[in-house]
Parts: sequence; C-alpha cells; structure tokens
Amino acid sequence: MKLQKATELALYSVLEFAAHPEAQVSAAEIADKYGVSPHHLAKVLRELGRAGLVESTRGVGGGYRFAGNAKRLTLFDVIELFETLGPDAGSDAVATPGERALSAVTSEIDEIAKATFRSITIDTMLKLVAREERGEQSLATEKA
Amino acid sequence: MTGVADAPAPQAAIRSVEAADLAAVIALDAEITGIEKPDYWYELLHRYGTRGRQQRFFLVAVAETRVVGYIIGEVRDWEFGQPPCGWVFGVGIQPGTRLRGLGTQLLDAICAGFRRAGVAKVRTLTSRENNLILSFFRSQGMMAAPFIPLELDLA
Repeated sequence: MKLQKATELALYSVLEFAAHPEAQVSAAEIADKYGVSPHHLAKVLRELGRAGLVESTRGVGGGYRFAGNAKRLTLFDVIELFETLGPDAGSDAVATPGERALSAVTSEIDEIAKATFRSITIDTMLKLVAREERGEQSLATEKA
Repeated sequence: MTGVADAPAPQAAIRSVEAADLAAVIALDAEITGIEKPDYWYELLHRYGTRGRQQRFFLVAVAETRVVGYIIGEVRDWEFGQPPCGWVFGVGIQPGTRLRGLGTQLLDAICAGFRRAGVAKVRTLTSRENNLILSFFRSQGMMAAPFIPLELDLA
C-alpha cells in the first residue's frame, strides 16, 4: 500500500507535534524539515485542525500544537482523513472470475495493512522513532 | 483505541499460577471473551502450571488477594521451522484494571523466563480484529514476524 504524499505529510506532522506536546511548532519548521511547500502543508494542517488533532495559535511565537491523545490516536485514524482504505469501487457482479480472484488476493493485503495501521498508536510510533534515532546515534559512534 | 499498558502500575505481584487461582482465571477469561471454558483452563493448568516450568509459563498478576491478569506461553523448539523462541499465546487483564501497566508487568515477567530458558526472541499470534491485544503488543515494541498465517475451510 502506497500512501499519498499528503497522508505521509499528515503523519509526519502529527508525529512532530506529538513529540513536543507542550510546544508550539511552526508550519515553516515542518515544511523545511520535510522539503515541502508551505502551501501544501497548510492544506494538510487545516484538515488535521478540522479533525481536532492539532490546534493553531496565530501571531509571534504561534504555531501548531498536538490536541489529540497519543496513546489512543492510531495511524489509521490519521490516514483515513486523507484517503479511502475500503475495497476498490466496482461490482463483483460484473467482474470476471479472474478479476474476482485477484481482488480477493489484493483484499488480503489491504486487510493486513489496515489492521497494522489500526494497531499502531502515535505513542507507539514515537517509540519507534526514538529507536531509529538510537540506531543512528550508535552507528555514528561506531564510525567515529 | 485502547491499550493495556499506560499509567502507573498498581500494586500487583506476578507469580506462577496455583490451582487455587484457576476459578478466578476462568472467570476473568469469561468476562473478557464471553465464553466460559473450564475444561480448557484445567488442561492448561495441568500442562503449564504444574510441570515443565523451565520452558512453560502460566503467570498471574495478583492485586491484594485478587487475580487481575494472566499470561501463558512457552519456549518451542523449531516450531514452524524456526530456532527455539518464546511464544506467548494467551494474555488477559481484568477490564477495570487496564491501562495501569499490568500487561507490561506480565509480559516482562514471561520474557524474563524466556531469557532464563536461553532464547532471545518472543513471538505471538493474534487475530487482526483484536485491536486491543494487537495495540498492546505493538506498544511493547513487537513488530510483524516473518510469517504469514494461512487457513482453509474444511466444511
């Protein structure tokens, strides 16, 4: 399953905000870090704001703040704001046996992907990010 | 979405199951699953609670005098063609005491047993619909194993 660019950006943004729940993080900071246009990011953040996952403050020192519950919010909750993960449109009644067989196989993959996204909370993702950071640091230490 | 590993841990002792705990374990499992299965649990007590303690583990979490959780697993050698590793095949936490770290305590305890038995990996298998348990194991750092479970309707 390949996520759309906006979905990935939403996930990265939520992780950035959730990693610093007390801080106001500016959109420019995130746009810089992930090399995306502020305009594209603004659309994503508006959607996250509408869903109540981030809050924004205007003015000097303003920015975005995580407004969700990192131990409850899952990757799936964020992903479904931006894309449909249901079965492909189309009627089985008109599909050929070959198409139905292939659809059964791709559905298996989709169901596994959905279960995976549903089972991973933002809090768990932050632990995975920390693990990656520790891995990077020990690699750097070995090279030094 | 809920987990079983948040918040500060309550005062709970983790120890091996005893025959006197079984009624509480059966009731706890029935509360969680909606199915009471005493024969199954007596068989598990026989197989995991009374012998083979080097490789088999049936642990309970006891808060004050009440059983509030359990975990069961064993070291299996060359299961599915894999080198020996620990398998967790049952975990349950009393719904009213969840989100307090009891699941983490139980998993830590069984993993300590697996390490003592000489294995360096723990695995489990759970329904992909069981988001509660899946999220719990994920929160403990577990990742997808290199297996694909398969089944066939025999009817």
